[in-house]
Amino acid sequence: MTEQQAILQMQGIHKRFPGVVALKDVSLRLFPGEVHALMGQNGAGKSTLIKVLTGVENADSGDITLAGKAIRVTSVLEAQELGISTVYQEVNLCSNLSVAENIFIGRFPFRFGRIDWKTMNAKARTALAALNIDIDVSLPLSSYPVAIQQMVAIARALGTEAQVLILDEPTSSLDEDEVERLFDALRKLKAKGIAILFVTHFLDQTYAISDRITVLRNGELEGEYLAADLPRIQLINKMVGREIDESSFARQTESGEAKASAGEPFLAARNLGRAGTLRPLDLDVHAGQVLGLGGLLGSGRTETARLLFGIDHADSGSAKINGVPVSLNSPRKAIRQGLAFCPEDRKTEGIVAELSIRENIILALQAHRGIFRFLPLRKQTQIAEEYVKQLGIKTSDVEKPIGQLSGGNQQKALLARWLATEPKMLILDEPTRGIDVAAKLEIMDLVKTQCRKGLAILFISSEMSEVLRVSDRIAVLRDRQKIGELDGASADEQSIFRMIAGGES
Amino acid sequence: MSVTSIVRHRLFWPCVTLALLCAVNVFFNHNFFALEVRNGALYGSVIDILNRAAPLMLVAMGMTLVIATRGIDVSVGATVAIAGAVVAVMIGGTLVIKDGVQSYVANFPMPLAIIAALAVALLCGLWNGALVAGAGMQPIIATLILMVAGRGVAQLVTEGQIVTIYYEPFFFIGNGFLFGIPFALYIVAAVLLILLYLTQRTALGLFIQAVGLNPTAARFSGISARALVLWVYGFCGVTAGIAGLIITSNVKSADGNNAGLAMELDAILAVALGGTSLDGGRFSLIGTLIGALIIQTLTYAIYSLGVPPEINLVVKALVVFTVCLIQSERLRSMLFTHTARIGEKS
Repeated sequence: MTEQQAILQMQGIHKRFPGVVALKDVSLRLFPGEVHALMGQNGAGKSTLIKVLTGVENADSGDITLAGKAIRVTSVLEAQELGISTVYQEVNLCSNLSVAENIFIGRFPFRFGRIDWKTMNAKARTALAALNIDIDVSLPLSSYPVAIQQMVAIARALGTEAQVLILDEPTSSLDEDEVERLFDALRKLKAKGIAILFVTHFLDQTYAISDRITVLRNGELEGEYLAADLPRIQLINKMVGREIDESSFARQTESGEAKASAGEPFLAARNLGRAGTLRPLDLDVHAGQVLGLGGLLGSGRTETARLLFGIDHADSGSAKINGVPVSLNSPRKAIRQGLAFCPEDRKTEGIVAELSIRENIILALQAHRGIFRFLPLRKQTQIAEEYVKQLGIKTSDVEKPIGQLSGGNQQKALLARWLATEPKMLILDEPTRGIDVAAKLEIMDLVKTQCRKGLAILFISSEMSEVLRVSDRIAVLRDRQKIGELDGASADEQSIFRMIAGGES
Repeated sequence: MSVTSIVRHRLFWPCVTLALLCAVNVFFNHNFFALEVRNGALYGSVIDILNRAAPLMLVAMGMTLVIATRGIDVSVGATVAIAGAVVAVMIGGTLVIKDGVQSYVANFPMPLAIIAALAVALLCGLWNGALVAGAGMQPIIATLILMVAGRGVAQLVTEGQIVTIYYEPFFFIGNGFLFGIPFALYIVAAVLLILLYLTQRTALGLFIQAVGLNPTAARFSGISARALVLWVYGFCGVTAGIAGLIITSNVKSADGNNAGLAMELDAILAVALGGTSLDGGRFSLIGTLIGALIIQTLTYAIYSLGVPPEINLVVKALVVFTVCLIQSERLRSMLFTHTARIGEKS
């Protein structure tokens, strides 16, 4: 295969955004008839590279050649005309139009100045048949499951004489059978000589379909490997990188103290699960301990948090708090049981950007008190200012809209919102995402301080080093199921990765 | 308070608009602000405008809260008709002459009729709220159902007739004066005070804003967003019901077809003119009252200017259009940066 001519070659791609270098001298090559997986952690530069390739962003420097000819892609339309098609993570089709309309939208076949429905439907059927799909193309897209919609998106992308097909996390909303169906279609395309670039976080799927893997880390090319020659554990190591500065992220777990406070868990979940999002798992969270959730993106960490906090409803298993069975089927009930939750997506699920810092901080406490036990303004200001000082939130005035604060300070304000309710257990989903290193360290110190005060904490982070730094115990997840638990004091990245890779369980 | 902070105040532009409209009125009618006392009651253009704006002010206050939760209620006009129909049918009234003494007799006691009408209005609002918060329908569609069906319900109640009321005590609500001031204004004041209390001295205001601005964050913080939205629609129904009582009392009859017609549009307009964003979140009850007064003052101006009735809707639309342009943040910033640039050049 290596003697073959690469259909697409990207070389020395540089891309700088204000304040960050997103891509540094990255190269990528795609061969006809191969599935090529692009792997890397959050922020590794995968999506920027795809954006450069599809004309959404322009590279600062570097060359792209397609079938031997140098090309310069400046718009999405141009990329499509060149034969580079993309299917994005979220199916961006029109669900109320018919399947055929979706495939041909923007390039309807015309006859006598009117849309030629007959030809269109026939062509749509042929296009889908190429993917082993036989459905009524005149029905609205919304009448089909997501997997089919994904195929329609692929058929649409292929319509334009595609030579290169880019799939950006196509499987994140599919179940196993649907994934298999998608892979069948991909194998068929592969046989036709189309080069497929596949971005995913699922390790199993990477190995099931890919011939070749390119790994990016921190905007740099880590390497290109044949899938067959790269064991899982090495892939994970390459994605995460070994050279983690151990000194700044030194473990702070005082295992003696943690063990002393252990005993009956504060929250005990047994067989808790939800079809399609999380396989049943057992979880114990102890007061005065941090339970870390380790795992790659998409492994079911957020799903676990959402089940515990009652946002999604479990359809199997049960939960006990202090030994008493509880039903956690709404955030309100979870809060009454002493739970608190800082969601992963701070902007859309956490802060109310237009409200002031004060209002954001007292929101959960006030909700807990109800409408009529209103905190007087003076009391509100006092609480807000107290937490601003205690958590080191950098602001001149608690009356400022919280949206004006930096990410790290918003996160601290959210912590303040929950600490004000005096919770028994705190669930932190990616509390350090998108904030600078200094703020990350501060947040982690806050977590440890709160833990020492007797709070039970569930800590979720994509940064394995952070999980290791704060956790007393680590539950390891993979592909939406729990695969084991490790002692925080003795675990290191290697043992977690070995577990994820399946070498040990 | 500095000049810029006054200009930036959210009520600045609504107040300017109202002042301009009053100025136009004064220009054509020098006695616009004149007040006189007749039979112990205040009379004058201003009192007239306030009195006639009372139903709209009430409906618009309920609408303000609904809009603040990122919703809308287009059924308030129909609710006005239903409440009016219920109270008219229950009171009805006949003139009885007994031993040469005239007296009016209601079918049901008036307090009972009023309570029943308001209860029906509350049910209308809760129905909307249940569709929006419970069934998750889009607010405009959910309330459109009652907007269309409500007129039919009102006509069912009145059996398709215009029901005339012959019961004097009921006329006091819409026509009476207390201490020289129209009674309807006391009702407006009472509702306003209750709302100001609820939104500023309880957590209601904070919760409504949080739900309107970021429903997910509000729910994750433990606010029962659904119950809140349900009751906000319920309350909006009640304000429409009170408005229905005033209107019915004012015209001494209930017309299921025409009572409160297009009132939802005026109410939404009043909220918008008052500076509350239709995207939900921050709201201003006082702004809404000013908005309602702008609409009524405009109507008054159109009549006193002698604009031919066939084009007065066009004139009204033009003025509203201008007002909305003035209040548009983007247009203002465009104009201001433009003039600033011209200033730099010269």
